[in-house]
Amino acid sequence: MILARVIGNVVSSVQHRAFEGRSIMVCVPVDTDGHTPLGSEFLAVDSVQAGPGDLILAAREGNAARQILGKDSDPFHSVIMGIVDEVYEPGRAAKAAE
Amino acid sequence: MELARVVARVVATVKYETLQGVRLLVIQPETSAGEPCGEPIVAADALQAGPGDLVSWVAGREAALTLPNTFAPVDCAVVSIVDHAWGDRGRYL
Repeated sequence: MILARVIGNVVSSVQHRAFEGRSIMVCVPVDTDGHTPLGSEFLAVDSVQAGPGDLILAAREGNAARQILGKDSDPFHSVIMGIVDEVYEPGRAAKAAE
Repeated sequence: MELARVVARVVATVKYETLQGVRLLVIQPETSAGEPCGEPIVAADALQAGPGDLVSWVAGREAALTLPNTFAPVDCAVVSIVDHAWGDRGRYL
């Protein structure tokens, strides 16, 4: 599971039947500060009504995605499974102050 | 799952039996701002995407699940043809 920031969404009319009615979000992995990008963006299927700007918890692994979203035969690979309220990291405030 | 642009179609007459009839495309991964990111890859396609289309694709075991025969040696597949994408730099496509 990783922390990521939702930066947008994707609209498709021709898609695999498992994706019909699902929201697909454009996400960027971020550091514990919630802003510093860590790597390139990816797409994830939403299960928690996340929107652009939200800090989210995502899994980029098929088994977790299928457990949350559907059947064993659905080709889900990444899923948003939480909206993060706060990341508490002892020492972060001290580091920022330096 | 990521975005990519279809750049070519692959024709392979001789291939493993469970790949018979499977369309293969060369796709270039892109960001939501339309910039290429990473190397082009070959993806299976069950949606009739063609060169120039913006698509989303999955890697790994799930890729084979998009095909009629799900026990196929495929590690990357197109799952949707994207009409438009929104990123932090506005609408793309």
